[in-house]
Amino acid sequence: MALKTKTSTRIGVTILAWGIALWLFFPIFWMILTSFKSDVQAISSPPKLVFMPTLSSYAEVFERASYWHFALNTMIVSVGATAIAIALAVPAAYSMAFMPSKRTRSTLLWMLSTRMLPPVGVLVPIYLLARNTHLLDTCTGLAIVDMLTNLPIIVWMLYTFFREVPAPILEAGRMDGATRWQEMTMVLLPLALPGIASTALLSLILCWNEAFWSLNLTSSNAAPLTAFIASFSSPEGLFFGKLSAASTLAVAPILIFGWISQKQLVRGLTFGAVK
Amino acid sequence: MATVELKNLRKTYLTEEIIKGISLSIEEREFVVFVGPSGCGKSTLLRMIAGLEDITSGDLLIDGQRVNDVEPGKRGLAMVFQSYALYPHMDVYKNMEFGLKLAGMPEAERRAKIEHVARTLQLEPYLHHKPGQLSGGQRQRVAIGRAIVRNPKVFLFDEPLSNLDAALRGQMRVELSALHRKLGATTIYVTHDQVEAMTMADKIVVLQKGVVEQIGSPLELYHHPRNLFVARFIGSPPMNFFSAIFQGGDAAGSSVQLRDGSTLHVPVTSPGLLPGTKVTVGIRPEHVELASSGPNSGVVEVIERLGAITLVHVRMPDGEIIVVQTDGAVLTDVETRVSLTLPPRNCHLFAPDGLAFEACHRHPLAA
Repeated sequence: MALKTKTSTRIGVTILAWGIALWLFFPIFWMILTSFKSDVQAISSPPKLVFMPTLSSYAEVFERASYWHFALNTMIVSVGATAIAIALAVPAAYSMAFMPSKRTRSTLLWMLSTRMLPPVGVLVPIYLLARNTHLLDTCTGLAIVDMLTNLPIIVWMLYTFFREVPAPILEAGRMDGATRWQEMTMVLLPLALPGIASTALLSLILCWNEAFWSLNLTSSNAAPLTAFIASFSSPEGLFFGKLSAASTLAVAPILIFGWISQKQLVRGLTFGAVK
Repeated sequence: MATVELKNLRKTYLTEEIIKGISLSIEEREFVVFVGPSGCGKSTLLRMIAGLEDITSGDLLIDGQRVNDVEPGKRGLAMVFQSYALYPHMDVYKNMEFGLKLAGMPEAERRAKIEHVARTLQLEPYLHHKPGQLSGGQRQRVAIGRAIVRNPKVFLFDEPLSNLDAALRGQMRVELSALHRKLGATTIYVTHDQVEAMTMADKIVVLQKGVVEQIGSPLELYHHPRNLFVARFIGSPPMNFFSAIFQGGDAAGSSVQLRDGSTLHVPVTSPGLLPGTKVTVGIRPEHVELASSGPNSGVVEVIERLGAITLVHVRMPDGEIIVVQTDGAVLTDVETRVSLTLPPRNCHLFAPDGLAFEACHRHPLAA
């Protein structure tokens, strides 16, 4: 009896999971489908599921804008912001995990609370700061802002990973004569590498998708892929074929990257929670 | 080889004092065991010596040098942790090499040392295994090996055997004792297992709630416990206690009246104690003798037969249970009435404040 309930529960959960997954995936699926339609087919009602696929939208997109310019900017900003964020977060999380003070807990919560702030609330000051430091429309400027917005999450995640490393192993390193720096780089980092990798992965995805700051702080030189999509949404009405093609091109690299590394990512995100 | 000296060491966490002023000197080559119930501060004290915990006040001297503010790695100590704390990402060789490498020892010298230690500990076949591939006993050996290669002045062990099963624990205990004899290094060993303490130590430090209850050789603690706590803690099965009324005493001994009215004359001095004071009598199960008839009779409630020995739990008329350790072949059964003989020379007396009365004669093995 118990076994039967278990089996039926399992089937139910499986159906539910597939349902949610397909539901979440549908917009992406629809976007990719639309990108292979002509603009006329794209807005036909009822929508066509069977049609002659065409690459015309892609051709027009490539003709009108320099995809590689935007893609390169996105890569520079994402990788740069992630690298700096990890470099700053590792020592921060290390000290919080292994040498906590009375205020560590509240500092962590405060850091996270900054993520709750709507970015538009600090748009003007950040814009002015960027303008006065001549960082408007530069990859450096955007990378710094992206890095700062993600830093709290990255510190949190690394903190959680580091907490899983048994303290005696680090203490053994200290007894062996390691300095704090050696203890961190030679003992802690190799042990926490899977966690650091999945944290970096998450940061990369967040930076890749970040639209608010990239639209407000860049115009042409440093415009990333989010600006590339946006540039197809406004002029002379909406051309859904081209917009979909542009969007597909923008999300494709990170989608493929995420697909390849999903095992690592899931393992990282559920680390500790399922242990 | 080194001496270690603790001078009134204290440790305060937030507002709570955990180590309440401990003074102790450890001689060269001595094997000292810190023992006590969990939470007594023994591990904290060891970690203070190691440098992993700050010392709130007091002085810690190694070889006469004050090392309170010296980094753990520079104190010349090596530690074996309860969880072994091997570096999981390094193989056995690299685990042992790590400290030597940090100290800047040349490659050839490192190799020679590691190979020598690996031979001593029979770790040669595993030098290129990761800790995850080893059994508990082998990991323990690696942890010890990692400590030995550094050639430390003092070895620190933090409950190193408590993660091993009983059979392996017994074996490692013997190996550690042999190793200590061979290396002759000063050793501080923390355990809650009194068998480990009794068998390995030159000197035992009994701790409770951050204070030293007694320092002495194993047999000194066994034969002359300084107070009720030590008497109860050392020895297995634990000492029996019952109350009595002090009647009077002189240089040759003290008389107490037991609850059944009989008088016991114990060879301990009792300076300044007023007749009529309530005292505690203690006697170890192995010292109580069974008789079929006589005074002090009670009913056998439980019999534990361990083969070589038998533990007889006797309920006395006043409701107290007295455990008697006797030989394995004893025929007594439950529900039968037995009499107990309490040899006065093996009885201990404790004053109301828990302190033991001084024995008139020291035990020859605990002089």
